[in-house]
Amino acid sequence: MATLDSKIPPGPLADKWRNHKANIKLVNPANKRKYEVIVVGAGLAGSSAAATLADLGYRVKNFVFHDSPRRAHSIAAQGGINAAKNYQNDGDSVYRLFYDTLKGGDYRSREANVHRLAEVSINIIDQCVAQGVPFAREYGGLLANRSFGGAQVSRTFYARGQTGQQLLLGAYSALSRMIGAGAVEMHTQSEMLDLVIVGGQAKGIVVRDLVTGAIERHAADAVVLATGGYGNVFNLSTYARGSNATAIWRAYKHGACFANPCYTQIHPTCIPVSGDYQSKLTLMSESLRNDGRIWVPKKKEDCAKDPNSIPEADRDYYLERIYPSFGNLAPRDVASRAAKRVCDEGRGVGPTGLGVYLDFSDAIKRLGENGVRERYGNLFDIYHEITAESGYRTPMRIYPAVHYTMGGLWVDYNLMSNVPGLFVLGEANFSDHGANRLGASALMQGLADGYFVIPYTIGDYLATQKPGSRPNADGAEFKAAEENVRAMTKRFLDIKGREPVSHFHKRLGKIMWEGCGMARTKATLEKALREIPALREEFWQNVLVPGSADTLNQSLEQAGRVADFLELGELLCLDALTREESCGGHFREEHQYPDGECKRDDEKFNHVAAWEYQGKDKAPLRNAEPLNYEFVKPSVRSYK
Amino acid sequence: MVAENTTKNLSITLRVWRQAGPKAPGRFVDYQSKDLNPNMSFLEMLDVVNDELTLKGEEPIAFAHDCREGICGTCSCTINGKPHGPGHGVATCQVYLRAFRDGDVVTVEPFRAAAFPIVKDLITDRSAFDKIQQAGGFITARTGSAPDANALPVPKGDADRAMDAAACIGCGACVAACKNASAMLFVAAKVSHLGLLPQGQAERDRRVLAMVSTMDAMGFGNCTNQYECSAACPKLISHDFIARMNADYLKASWRSVFKPEPASSAGGAG
Ligand SMILES: Cc1cc2nc3c(=O)[nH]c(=O)nc-3n(C[C@H](O)[C@H](O)[C@H](O)COP(=O)(O)OP(=O)(O)OC[C@H]3O[C@@H](n4cnc5c(N)ncnc54)[C@H](O)[C@@H]3O)c2cc1C
Ligand code: FES
Repeated sequence: MATLDSKIPPGPLADKWRNHKANIKLVNPANKRKYEVIVVGAGLAGSSAAATLADLGYRVKNFVFHDSPRRAHSIAAQGGINAAKNYQNDGDSVYRLFYDTLKGGDYRSREANVHRLAEVSINIIDQCVAQGVPFAREYGGLLANRSFGGAQVSRTFYARGQTGQQLLLGAYSALSRMIGAGAVEMHTQSEMLDLVIVGGQAKGIVVRDLVTGAIERHAADAVVLATGGYGNVFNLSTYARGSNATAIWRAYKHGACFANPCYTQIHPTCIPVSGDYQSKLTLMSESLRNDGRIWVPKKKEDCAKDPNSIPEADRDYYLERIYPSFGNLAPRDVASRAAKRVCDEGRGVGPTGLGVYLDFSDAIKRLGENGVRERYGNLFDIYHEITAESGYRTPMRIYPAVHYTMGGLWVDYNLMSNVPGLFVLGEANFSDHGANRLGASALMQGLADGYFVIPYTIGDYLATQKPGSRPNADGAEFKAAEENVRAMTKRFLDIKGREPVSHFHKRLGKIMWEGCGMARTKATLEKALREIPALREEFWQNVLVPGSADTLNQSLEQAGRVADFLELGELLCLDALTREESCGGHFREEHQYPDGECKRDDEKFNHVAAWEYQGKDKAPLRNAEPLNYEFVKPSVRSYK
Repeated sequence: MVAENTTKNLSITLRVWRQAGPKAPGRFVDYQSKDLNPNMSFLEMLDVVNDELTLKGEEPIAFAHDCREGICGTCSCTINGKPHGPGHGVATCQVYLRAFRDGDVVTVEPFRAAAFPIVKDLITDRSAFDKIQQAGGFITARTGSAPDANALPVPKGDADRAMDAAACIGCGACVAACKNASAMLFVAAKVSHLGLLPQGQAERDRRVLAMVSTMDAMGFGNCTNQYECSAACPKLISHDFIARMNADYLKASWRSVFKPEPASSAGGAG
């Protein structure tokens, strides 16, 4: 049984982080360079952490599977980043951002973590502006804001539709500066394939050089994983194709607990699927919901008609109807399920019937076509590119798609997992979003973790490690990990079956979407839990991985990632089956109010489920970390 | 969530550059690709071709890709002689088959430039771009030392211009499109983004000198104002930024009393 000590500092909510920083152990400046830290990942979380730790004086090695740190999936975030600056004077505050995030997460996150996130959000914007991130500005030269789902204030900072790109390039520039200065040793196209534990602590990793196929061992005093989310377990998603769970999954198999894997987010505004060759789904930023109105026909017969010909009286603006106070800006999970419901009723539109309209005709009347173009032009262009339709002429068609994973490796307040020395940042951890993440808060969390949390909290661990006590990468544990990686690689190549890796990924994705997608039931989950092990079995018998281990081999890379998804998918469904309540992104049809809203069971499930690996073919152990609400009283989440 | 394939099909002959490794000889190989849906993306077609090759026991075509929505800068094919192919202001991953006609022969090559050596098939090594960034493509701002973000208003026009330049995705199409394989547009975009902002002034001279000297050292060619770079840029970054950088470079050279530091030590941690 794992020990799950959240290490939440005592004292009043607003003082916890300050007191913690004051009490935390420090590493003296002269000793910092004696410690080596491995950071895996260079998305917002990884690059901000690597740059900041190096600037503090630690020796940092940074690993990414991409060919440049600038290509991490964070680059694709469009809409924006939240911060409690209250620059709009509209009543925002640290407390309100804290409260919105906690409520948005359906009261399934830790109060102390979320409050810290809201506190440091303010510093993030300062830091980014100082680095030259070109946020949108008003004519007076001050920063502009927009509003996002789940909030009634304007606290989202943005850089056109490319906020993630600009924030990542800011962090990448800080990282580049440190690489240029020799303070960070950068390893691109290096995929972490195993974690090395020495004496119960994380002390290194084994990586494969994706260009030469060489397997390398790297030792360190601490290991930081910032490897992103695991949404590609569904195959079709808004994630980049390369995003994967291998780093966190292999850490899980070394004893790091995996928390709340079933908390996955389905984003309401994505371009619908068009064919079975489809490789990814494209998100249309949620900011579109500021001005676009979502509707479906009231009558099934109208679904195939030209939408412009359907009179106002025959349209059902269902979000505005059901949620009058938040309307089209209802949180993502709520908006996605509402779309699913109307499509299930047979009122979906488009060739598949899996689509709803996002209509800008009112906005065009109000702002003019140019006004709309100014705000969302690039998104309309994306839509046109993909569908060959104009969103200015006819309503866009959208449908929900897998977008984000709130679950991840369990971490304490210091962002350390239950394996000492193993820290987890960004989307890879489970920490701040509970059962549902609000828009524009993943970027905030990634940068909070990397710039403002880990630089302090890693010291608390390193101060307990004697400088120079780092094990040698030639030790037995390292050799065993390397052997493990080599054996797995060989196994993939030796199967020589009849189906390419991609077929298994597609089939897994279908099982996951049907069994554990937007709405889950005991029956669908049990079915998925029968199908996944069978598919996994088939994979290990029948996968066909061409090429060799000692060159660039994309099929081999893919095989390793899909093999991990085939295990993680099962844990995800198991977690969903065990959590017999509905909360945020986890919707169990058995647990809902008559109006279709999530019915939590605070009595039984007001806790984090942290799964612990017990060995191959053994059922994992479900540990629970109780969530103690001291400052906010969980209530039924209402956006009406 | 799979759609009916209602649209008409098309067939294409792909003429693809195959090269087993950096030192191996390369050649074009033809592949027939049939029954394609025009709504399919170009890279999805390569996925399908690769699954077919795999099933036939051949090695699939190695190609770089990740986000598949035109922002990460990973994808990098020259299609029918044009970096990123037939579209305007799009990356390879944003090319859809409706841009081609039934029966077309389509050549697919890697981005070609001496500074981007071929790794395998359609994949090149573009790490030279990272080296240029490391030499000076940043504003030194130690974490935690920043003033309030609204303490320094930035005129909207300057911020917008900076954003125009900052939109670069670092794909290298500009280099591949240039007959001299010059990286001027890439470097100018970063120099201009940071140089247009008040925060970027302190290091402005050092930045442009260090980035340009590293660019030269990495083996990129000279700019002779052909402007093929802007035309091929998936973000349509304007070549005006090159003129801006040249002016910056000249001024910085006059002002500088020090020689630009080499890439490894420029922008030290101090
Ligand atoms: C289309 C889209 C739009 C979004 N828009 C927004 C938005 O507007 N606002 C918002 O707040 N959030 C948004 N999000 C969510 C947000 O972008 C992500 O949650 C966040 O960027 C994740 O950052 P990260 O640093 O944790 O991981 P990532 O950016 O995914 O980085 C992962 C890093 O880990 C490396 N890596 C992974 N595995 C390995 C391994 N085994 N070995 C070596 N390296 C490895 C990768 O190379 C990469 O560098 C969006 C997400 C998507 C998909
Ligand atoms: S794959 Fe990211 S830009 Fe094309």
